[in-house]
Amino acid sequence: MEFGDILSIIQSVMELGLISSLTVLALFLSYSMLNVCDLSTDGCFTLGAAVGAVVALSGHPYLAIPAAMAAGVLSGFVTAFLQTRMGINSLLSGIIVNTGLYSVNIAVMGGASLLNLNKTDTVFTKMKALTENSFLSGWHKVLVAAAAVVVVLVFMVIFLKTRLGLAIRATGDNTEMVRYSSINPVFTTTVGLCVANAFTALSGCLLAQSQKLADINMGQGIVTVALASLLIGGTIFSRGSVKVRAIGAVVGAVIFRLVYALALRLQMPAYMLKLVSAVIVIIAIFIPYIKKQYPTLAKRLFRKKEAGNA
Amino acid sequence: MLELINVSKTFNAGTENAKKALSDINLKVEDGDFITIIGSNGAGKSTLFNAISGAFPIDTGKIISDGEDITYLPDYKRAKFIGRLFQDVKTGTAPSMTVEENLMLASGGGNWLSIGGKAEKNALRERVASLGLGLEDRMKTPVGLLSGGQRQAISLLMATLNPPRLLLLDEHTAALDPAAAEKILEVTERTVKENNLTCLMITHNMSSALSLGNRTVMMTDGRIIFDTSGEERASLTVDDLLLKFKANSGKALDNDRMLLS
Repeated sequence: MEFGDILSIIQSVMELGLISSLTVLALFLSYSMLNVCDLSTDGCFTLGAAVGAVVALSGHPYLAIPAAMAAGVLSGFVTAFLQTRMGINSLLSGIIVNTGLYSVNIAVMGGASLLNLNKTDTVFTKMKALTENSFLSGWHKVLVAAAAVVVVLVFMVIFLKTRLGLAIRATGDNTEMVRYSSINPVFTTTVGLCVANAFTALSGCLLAQSQKLADINMGQGIVTVALASLLIGGTIFSRGSVKVRAIGAVVGAVIFRLVYALALRLQMPAYMLKLVSAVIVIIAIFIPYIKKQYPTLAKRLFRKKEAGNA
Repeated sequence: MLELINVSKTFNAGTENAKKALSDINLKVEDGDFITIIGSNGAGKSTLFNAISGAFPIDTGKIISDGEDITYLPDYKRAKFIGRLFQDVKTGTAPSMTVEENLMLASGGGNWLSIGGKAEKNALRERVASLGLGLEDRMKTPVGLLSGGQRQAISLLMATLNPPRLLLLDEHTAALDPAAAEKILEVTERTVKENNLTCLMITHNMSSALSLGNRTVMMTDGRIIFDTSGEERASLTVDDLLLKFKANSGKALDNDRMLLS
């Protein structure tokens, strides 16, 4: 392998890992903190990509970012509203919103299922122009992604320390206790999902701009991929403050991409990505479960054996 | 002051399982009252607390707190001025958050986006130290790692950090070992006295029902059958209470825990 190859692999791993880590941070908020498995993530990711692409195509690559995030907030609000005000189970409301977003996303893209940004200015092309001929040349995509991750990470860590952030964490931990602290869990759930989905949409927006492509299917399965990354980060940084765990989420996303890139090098077909992430999620959730169950299980097996011998 | 006027609640109304859990309850709690509540299993003691704190809407009647009609106020809004502790020590705290974070949430200072500074943290630490349990050195420990008694002490502190108009204690020492229960009861008494709190306490311990507070209420079948305070109460013994119960309800007290303790 040439040095140039390795460098480009590293750059691509960093770029894709960091961009997807924004979705992982979103799940860190909704799944780890709020204890809601937000299945609208796939659709929201594509929504961010679609809105970002459309706004970028209209000549506003920077405006594309807040626009995509605002769309994400709206999507998160609908998901939260369904589960807190309309009595729809939280998993189901995610699935419903996800389904609805498929139509919304195509509508946003003007009836097309694919938008091409090849000749459009994006935040990445802007950065490329800035770093051209400097020592950073070639790193522009990583730079933009890293900047976004740092901003979101700092926001997340500070946000979770505020009273609102504490209330969101407590909602996932003990909803009853939140009520007794005279805080409405409906409010905290709504805010948590709005913020999380803003980051998911940002993630989609950046991926569309970096790939110069928004595709109706680009978010498919991203919730499992992000969950796998989150759980990988969680096993490495299992004990630690919220700050450490949030950083762990980002590291997990990059590790996931790295392993995936290595697997591709070893001739794993690209379409295996989703199966691999599904298996990772299963293993990561199963291991703590079996650890907890093992003592009882062992006893039962052991006793059966003894009874057999007697 | 808290006033319950003709409060009734029937669960599963209109079905074979209909159970009248509260039946025309009238109760006037004066400021500074410390009322102990006793009664057999299923007498409606916890249901009474649930009605006061708004866990469910009542069927008839009114609940008035300090002149304000709170009958239809949602539970989380009532929690601003009604503190509550449960038998289950897990109820009052968020286990994966630290002692400090739990208290900061309960202190409710500042706006939503405020972050607790050093001054606030020190003030909270002092409040924890005043519990006399040595928990001030464990401010950064997740509450889930504390013992039941310690958790209940933190819950008590959280409920009284901003002195509530009313403190509801629902057998809050029943799940603790005797030593911890005694300690928590002592802390409770001290907290109530220091903050001059109005307090209702459900207990299964007949002797502490008479020794604590200034008034004792006895319930059965969703009704208040006996309400005593002042000199009459001072002269009562546990045996008198048992006799009163039989006389007023027509049956013997069947709270197993109560009889065993």
